[in-house]
Amino acid sequence: MERPLTKNIRPDREPPSLKEYERAEGYQSVRKALKSLSPQEVTELVKKSNLRGRGGAGFPTGSKWSFVPMGADAPGPKYLIANADEMEPGTFKDRLLMEGDPHQLIEGMIVSAFAIEAEVAYIFLRSEYKLSEKRLRKALAEAYGGGYLGRNILGSGYNLEMHLHVSAGRYMCGEETGLLNALEGKRATPRSKPPYPQVSGLWGKPTIVNNVETLCNAPHIVNHGAEWFIGLSHTDEGGTKIYGASGKVKRPGAWELPMGTTIREILEEHAGGMRDGLKFRGVIPGGASTDFLIEEHLDVKMDFDSVQKAGSRLGTGTMIILDDQTCPVGMVHNLEQFFARESCGWCTPCREGLPWMTRILQAIEEGQGEPGDLEKLERHAGFLGPGSTFCALAPGAMEPLQSALKYFREDFEWHIRENRCPWRL
Amino acid sequence: MLTEEERLEIEVDLHQYAQKRAVCIDALKIIQRRRGWVSDESIRDLAEFLEMTPDELDSVATFYNLIFRRPVGRRVILVCDSVSCWIMGYDRIREHLTACLGIELGETSPDGEFTMLPIACLGACDHAPTLMINDELYQDLEPQGLNRILESYGETPHQKHSA
Repeated sequence: MERPLTKNIRPDREPPSLKEYERAEGYQSVRKALKSLSPQEVTELVKKSNLRGRGGAGFPTGSKWSFVPMGADAPGPKYLIANADEMEPGTFKDRLLMEGDPHQLIEGMIVSAFAIEAEVAYIFLRSEYKLSEKRLRKALAEAYGGGYLGRNILGSGYNLEMHLHVSAGRYMCGEETGLLNALEGKRATPRSKPPYPQVSGLWGKPTIVNNVETLCNAPHIVNHGAEWFIGLSHTDEGGTKIYGASGKVKRPGAWELPMGTTIREILEEHAGGMRDGLKFRGVIPGGASTDFLIEEHLDVKMDFDSVQKAGSRLGTGTMIILDDQTCPVGMVHNLEQFFARESCGWCTPCREGLPWMTRILQAIEEGQGEPGDLEKLERHAGFLGPGSTFCALAPGAMEPLQSALKYFREDFEWHIRENRCPWRL
Repeated sequence: MLTEEERLEIEVDLHQYAQKRAVCIDALKIIQRRRGWVSDESIRDLAEFLEMTPDELDSVATFYNLIFRRPVGRRVILVCDSVSCWIMGYDRIREHLTACLGIELGETSPDGEFTMLPIACLGACDHAPTLMINDELYQDLEPQGLNRILESYGETPHQKHSA
């Protein structure tokens, strides 16, 4: 089985230097694209590959790029940004890619920037990823030294400056337009869309923001073609996916597997199944803002369409496992506490609604719940749902809550009826 | 007033951006690293240099949780309280820290050594529970190991308060 994204990654070892990376066919896609392909041809290739955004939303990457105005009359400079603000609870895949093979991200960004004729690129990195920062800084210096960045790259006439921006916290920075505001030195509140960043983004110029894992796929698509990329997958959504599992499984970790690998295979074969004495109760398939799935969904394929059909979202593809000795009410309370704290305060339903719902959940968990609380939570999940808020934070926060109320309703009712949490001493 | 060194360090980052004010987050971090935290005076110094009003700059400074607008200890402990760490024993870790250091989340120890703060998912969920002390990530935590970590920072982890 091919693992293009992680083939150079050796746990507990330094990542490949520029020399080592070049020996492993590194930067070949830059040579190929800059010398023999037009920007439009690169975008076309990525479109045909069916690559979808790995940051959680799953938007087709090639289509996103194709909205960028092109040619001599296009406003400029245009920008490409790697969203490396990985902060979705339960998600630890981009860190693996940046620590393990930083040149791969840089190569992916050069090829992607070329496709949209961007002159400036940023890596927007969260502050806590210190090792990623160190390794990316070294790789960037090497890439400049090797002539892959800067003016007239490899004699092609194409210019690209690439900068590393290290952020200062807040989950909201991972939201596309919040990220743009943060890069401009403002509070990371979301922007109204339209206009979309592809047309008017950073400093009002056309901008593409892509997730780290998404960008890391670009070199391989350029090198080996769209058909090869689709062939890596179990479904028609192209490529591999870095899946992960955390919680009380035997071997928590992250693995690059064909897109569309089932939840069961990831859980049982790669994560080693549940720890002894514990039973599987549920899974949040793709980071904190996705709906719970339960045992009947174990054979669902982990691709965007299949998980959506099952009532959740693939999200980041890193699963959080709920076992039978962990309180689902406590878990949902923890999740909502996170979202309430991380709300940027820009729009009222999110700023006021999330803390209020979190207090209800805390009361239930502490044995102070009242009849009618669950109906209240359900009603407000609608008020904070899609279409009622400025960005996707609050609707995302409602996904684990509403699915928990559906699948673990008895647990919630028990807490209210008995005035205590059965898992607490 | 910004010192010469502070100004030079900020100017190095300036070329990355199309507008001067965009460097303000980097600049706040530079000030914080050199002065320990960002005081009202620091906000005024920096705002003047960046051609922003102090209130504009403060609205940015107060948004980002890793910009400290109050004094913090010499070492800042960022305890991950997100879902995977919560499942794997975050409560136990936080309680142990409180017992050893005599501080709750948001507090600084009386000797000015440690400040303990909550932090969003540190992206090491396969090694939960986790925390960071200054720039160092610690994973797969349990109370025993935590004692060794605190000792490496010169702390004798006797129980100052009962948990």
